[in-house]
Amino acid sequence: MAQTDLLDELAQWIPPERLLRQPAQLVPYESDALTAFRSRPAAVLLAATQEEVVQAVRFCHRAAIPFVARGSGTSLSGGSLPVQDGLVIALNRLNRILHLDPAQRIAVVEPGVINLAVSRAAAPYGLYYAPDPSSQQICTIGGNVAFNSGGAHCLKYGMTANHVLGLKVVLPDGEVVELGGASLEGVGPDWTGFFVGSEGLFGIALEITLRLLPKPALYRTVLAAYDSLEAAGDAVASIVAAGLLPGAMEIMDALAIEAAEAAVQAGYPRDAAALLIVELEGEPRQVEAEFAQLLQVVDRSHPRTLSVAKDDADRARIWKGRKSAFSAVGRLSPDYLVQDGVVPRSKLGAALAAIEQMSRRHALRVANVFHAGDGNLHPLILYDGRVDGELERAETLAGEILQLCIELGGSITGEHGVGVEKRQYMAALFAETDLAVMAELRRALDPGELANRGKMFPDGEAPALRAQGPHPLERLGLLSRE
Amino acid sequence: MSAPTAVAPSSTQELQEAVCACPQLAVRGGGSKPGLGPEQPAPVTLDLRRLSGLLEYDPGEFTFTARAGTPLKTVAATLAEHGQYLPFDPPWVDQGATLGGTVAAGLSGSGRYRYGGVRDFLLGVRFVDGQGRLVQGGGRVVKNAAGFDLPKLLVGSLGRLGVLAEVTFKVFPQPEQYTTLRLPQPSLDAALATLATLARSSFDLEALEWVEEEGRPVLYLRQGGLAAPLAERQAALRAWLGGGEPLAAADEARFWQDARELAWVPAGSLCAKVPLRLEQVAALDALLSTCGAPRRYCAGAAWAWVAWPAAAAELHRALSQLQLGGLLLKGQAPSPLLGLRSAPTLAARIKRVLDPFNRFPPL
Ligand SMILES: Cc1cc2nc3c(=O)[nH]c(=O)nc-3n(C[C@H](O)[C@H](O)[C@H](O)COP(=O)(O)OP(=O)(O)OC[C@H]3O[C@@H](n4cnc5c(N)ncnc54)[C@H](O)[C@@H]3O)c2cc1C
Repeated sequence: MAQTDLLDELAQWIPPERLLRQPAQLVPYESDALTAFRSRPAAVLLAATQEEVVQAVRFCHRAAIPFVARGSGTSLSGGSLPVQDGLVIALNRLNRILHLDPAQRIAVVEPGVINLAVSRAAAPYGLYYAPDPSSQQICTIGGNVAFNSGGAHCLKYGMTANHVLGLKVVLPDGEVVELGGASLEGVGPDWTGFFVGSEGLFGIALEITLRLLPKPALYRTVLAAYDSLEAAGDAVASIVAAGLLPGAMEIMDALAIEAAEAAVQAGYPRDAAALLIVELEGEPRQVEAEFAQLLQVVDRSHPRTLSVAKDDADRARIWKGRKSAFSAVGRLSPDYLVQDGVVPRSKLGAALAAIEQMSRRHALRVANVFHAGDGNLHPLILYDGRVDGELERAETLAGEILQLCIELGGSITGEHGVGVEKRQYMAALFAETDLAVMAELRRALDPGELANRGKMFPDGEAPALRAQGPHPLERLGLLSRE
Repeated sequence: MSAPTAVAPSSTQELQEAVCACPQLAVRGGGSKPGLGPEQPAPVTLDLRRLSGLLEYDPGEFTFTARAGTPLKTVAATLAEHGQYLPFDPPWVDQGATLGGTVAAGLSGSGRYRYGGVRDFLLGVRFVDGQGRLVQGGGRVVKNAAGFDLPKLLVGSLGRLGVLAEVTFKVFPQPEQYTTLRLPQPSLDAALATLATLARSSFDLEALEWVEEEGRPVLYLRQGGLAAPLAERQAALRAWLGGGEPLAAADEARFWQDARELAWVPAGSLCAKVPLRLEQVAALDALLSTCGAPRRYCAGAAWAWVAWPAAAAELHRALSQLQLGGLLLKGQAPSPLLGLRSAPTLAARIKRVLDPFNRFPPL
């Protein structure tokens, strides 16, 4: 194969233990956390330095070989799915925190740094990195940047883009550019913001300047159980109407509660139809005053039970249940698809009712865990890939949910990205002109469409859809659903 | 060349037609930032003031959509009726600044210290590019990760990549009440040290402004929130700082109102924004004080507002020497971007896509 010969050139300057080319070595990289898709690259480069990444991108550009950057491969939309016979540039080894400046409240990191490692490094200075995807113990900052990842605290503090001040990037044709800087403000177009969320199509981030925040002095975390999802949703609406701005407002349904309880014993009331987590944070006196208001509002929403985290350990337990929900629900079923649509907050109730109907119609269980404050749904569609036709049904259901989100005035993705999974829905969300302009912008940086080819745009090449199986990293024992 | 004309479209379609009809044009919103215009007036000025008005506002969603020519003042008044506000605190509200102009200039004000700048609150845009195409980016919901982030690309695009037609913003509930401490500093170094310690403290400040008063730095620390605990919160901050005088309520409101309007900038003076890191403040301040340039450092010295007493070209040279970039807002220069440029080659590539016929002024 011509591609293989070309890769021999790479082998001249990359030692074999960091240029994986044997089928057995490639298997763990064949898919990401969206296991329904699988595709085998020609090689995986385990990059050790920024310079190697730059050289590899230049090589791909010269040889017209498609490449995919890869962090921890936890993308839920097939974002890090390899291009068949292309090159995967794995960035986990670029995991240094290069600089941490508490006075300026920034950290400059390499792309392979794990999300949680930033907060750990900042903790001695009383600072932390706010975006907290549930996968934060394993996902990388590079992946977060590519997907503009979110978490439970987006309403108040925004997504990844709101916390990235500067970038050093190798564009798909090998040019290295510096965007933004260490200041909160800039002049001229916001190139940094434009790069964040580009899903690997604008090249590879080599260095990322992150904004850190002072750790809140006090948290107040409330756990309220309801007899219906609707009642929990109404409570969220009244909290907003009261003028409160909690750091987080999360809802889980009965199936998600059951799964989380079985997995991590978070102490959730097991018989509730819906659970609402609300967290206030900030200066103690302000938080206590808001807390008094919050309790009144929640009390009026007739929860079945209402409890408050007593201490840090209690708070950690509540969040552990929420953050392990995806993987916990995964234990209830051999396979699952996670959706990530957004609806206006006022349409949450309507959306959930419609999803429940769809679930019945397709005879597939759907668990709901969602960022209620943002209207960001996460329906988890449970299926068994070994049963004929179940994957296809799950895909149809997922598509109907996305269509619903578009009809309700929302979006097909709040934080997991378009990837391969949702690209055919882009045409329903955006007009032809919008997509044409985006494609032109992409080609201005990547005329050969080499960087993460086949993602985000509706007309990309379709990879093979496979039926089943755990995540390849799971099979190797590197990723667990616990 | 014929005398410059003004075209004032009143619909998105008229806007598209106007762009297609003019080989060279410049955009004008409320006219509060004349420095952003081209040095030689373009043959046609697109006046966006008729593209005005709120299109959608549901307070429960914390979002609104408005036409780009809508004055900030109108927006602020409508939001205030529902106890909400624009947390990034854009400048020149009273001088008639519009939403579109604020986005295109990429401007935030003192209040950006607490939650973020205009880039952080802009959710969606509709704009007309240099080929007359109406393009939509982002969305109308508070969270959206679909497609490239065109809204961020338009933030700070200075009317050089496209003409904004519609914008969607996230908003927040406004603090019920505010208080401010005035904290004089013995020296520049002391002021910098105070900023550095505050950065790591867990006090939630709404704004942190550094003002030059009689040759000494004075810090203004604004707190906001529920009325009941506010006095105690201020007392705690004061104890922690070891000093500071509370401003009387009326002075407090006036101080931040004046800050928003940049009322301290002498009439007719040039005015520029200069983004900064803490370690760059001393060098810039030395230059400005030598030149007798009035200045303020905003949001914990994330940037300086500079009232420049001489020609723009000199400021451009001085900033280049200090390895700083700046944006000229009042005054005239060959380009409003002064000093160091960010990502010039990338800028050129993107400009070719959105404005291939160079209808808009050069970026
Ligand atoms: C259990 C679980 C829970 C999750 N919870 C959340 C959540 O709460 N919120 C959320 O937003 N997401 C969540 N995710 C999704 C996922 O973790 C995020 O999308 C994450 O940002 C991916 O990081 P990664 O390092 O695994 O990137 P990968 O999956 O390896 O890559 C993701 C994308 O980024 C690109 N990329 C990687 N590095 C770079 C780089 N340096 N430069 C340019 N492009 C690059 C890749 O090409 C790919 O397109 C969850 C996933 C799992 C499995």
